[in-house]
Amino acid sequence: MKVHFKDSYDHDIDMFEDRSRALRYGLLLLVMIALPWLLSEYLLGEVTLVLIWSVAGMGLMLLAGHTGQVSLGHAAFLAIGAFSNLWFMAQGMSFWLALPLSGLLTGVVGAVIAMPILRLSGIYLAIATIALSIIVEDVAIVAEPFTGGVVGVFAEPIQAGDTMIDRYGTPALFYYLCLAVTVLVTLGYVNVLRSPTGRAFLAIRDSEVSARALGINVARVKTLAFGLSCAVTGLAGALYAHFVQVVNYESFLILISITLVLQVVIGGLGSIHGAFFGAVVVGLLPQLIAILRDVATTSFGIDIAYPGLDTALFAGIIVLMILFEPLGLYGMYFKARTYLKLFPLYRKDLFRRSKSYLKTERMR
Amino acid sequence: MSLLSVRDLSISFGGLKAVDGISFDVEAGEVFTIVGPNGAGKSTIFNLISRFYQPSGGTITFAGQDITGLSAHEIAPLGIARTFQNIELFDHSTVLANLLVGRHTARRTHWIEEVLFLPRVRQEERAHRHAVEEVIDFLDLAAYRDKLIAGLPYGVRKVVEIARALASGPKLILLDEPASGLSVEETQDMAFWIEDMQKDLGITVLMVEHDMSLVTAVSTRVLAVAEGRPLAMGTAAEVQNDPKVIEAYLGTGAAA
Repeated sequence: MKVHFKDSYDHDIDMFEDRSRALRYGLLLLVMIALPWLLSEYLLGEVTLVLIWSVAGMGLMLLAGHTGQVSLGHAAFLAIGAFSNLWFMAQGMSFWLALPLSGLLTGVVGAVIAMPILRLSGIYLAIATIALSIIVEDVAIVAEPFTGGVVGVFAEPIQAGDTMIDRYGTPALFYYLCLAVTVLVTLGYVNVLRSPTGRAFLAIRDSEVSARALGINVARVKTLAFGLSCAVTGLAGALYAHFVQVVNYESFLILISITLVLQVVIGGLGSIHGAFFGAVVVGLLPQLIAILRDVATTSFGIDIAYPGLDTALFAGIIVLMILFEPLGLYGMYFKARTYLKLFPLYRKDLFRRSKSYLKTERMR
Repeated sequence: MSLLSVRDLSISFGGLKAVDGISFDVEAGEVFTIVGPNGAGKSTIFNLISRFYQPSGGTITFAGQDITGLSAHEIAPLGIARTFQNIELFDHSTVLANLLVGRHTARRTHWIEEVLFLPRVRQEERAHRHAVEEVIDFLDLAAYRDKLIAGLPYGVRKVVEIARALASGPKLILLDEPASGLSVEETQDMAFWIEDMQKDLGITVLMVEHDMSLVTAVSTRVLAVAEGRPLAMGTAAEVQNDPKVIEAYLGTGAAA
């Protein structure tokens, strides 16, 4: 078991708690950089998609996992990010300017929308955000000049100096682009969490009443959380548009919003790791099911090509997750890590939820 | 001039007048206690001062400034901190993180700087942590610094909540039943801490409390209220022996 001796405040402020952890994340990054040499083009494409889902998941995690505000309509912000990025580029803007700009635009739109709807909480907030997702679906058809109506918009290849970045033409470069965005967003996310803003988010999640008593302007901080969350989701949307190369209203159906929620819940609410774990599940499960289906048909002669099998499996997983591991995959990972660290002193009830004391109900 | 002046404060919920024309002054440096039977409106007075409730009449003045029209989040920056009757901590964070939220009023960095974690943010973080360590030292919480709130015993949570309030560096601290649910020893500790807050840190204390041993030990002045109206004011002994107070607690005839 490792004991950390803290001899300066920086120990708690630093991003990594010790050198070996920093080294592990460095190694992970190196492996990620080496992936194009290790994987086939098809698999690299799958990993790219997982990265894009991770960015979108981090967007929702910031809001749902760390600020405690549920949004069942985040596909709407993916759509805004995607369509605005392609529109900016259609106006002749370079992708490198259009990407941050579409993130910024999505963030501002999110913050403006947040002001009225964050007055709601719990189930009412969920309903309002579902409505948002449905509205954006329809707007995507109506606003033809921006969204190409029912047909949609095609994504032009990304110009980078003399080379073109294109998902099929140069999959490795597009992968690096997604990796860079993922790393930057993750760093920004970690930075927010270790500074006063992140603590204000957590404070609002755990007790709005005492957050207010401590001088946190709850409405303002919630709006900020929503805006940041939407900006990150918008970035993911822009990358997604270039990944699938053609987007229309069907790319951002409400099912995508719900998949995003599943992702953060399966991954583990309240941890950045969770967004990544969830992305791996959400991004790779459909492929895994397809492979299993092929194997079942060719090797055993069983046909399991039922429509809706993916959705049913997803639903099953989330039910099992909520029943047995409310902390999600990150919770499992954390427990396994603690088990190894404490071996053989791990106690079975180490993570049993302790009794929570009565909270003030009067002022809600 | 008094630090906190409450004049003719009133609020009703539906037809019930929870607070009905309460006036009192809290002088800088004293421990002012409000006592009264259940439902007398003590916590409501606290919620009016911290601006969670909008009074239907009366004014609240703090250090010469009328705070009756301010929002709840504008109170802490003035130097008023509070605790809650049923502990309101951030359960999924460590003790240290809870106290750091208490430093929110001292925050000087913008969120954009924080996303980039510029050197200034690190400097400010060090300063916040330094301030918080002093509170941890003062209330003897070092053993619990990195523990999650969810795993702490009730008595420690009470202290952490006070520590979080102190971390904001208040002039006035409102303690809502600091001794409720505490053992006899813990209540004695609480008495010492309240005295230290008053004498060493120079913080004015406004307290609601039922435990008369604590009230007698620390209070400079005591105000007794019942059914939202003031009954008696004076030292702890004077208020305890006031016939109107005894009547409010025990019913008519008991004083005779």
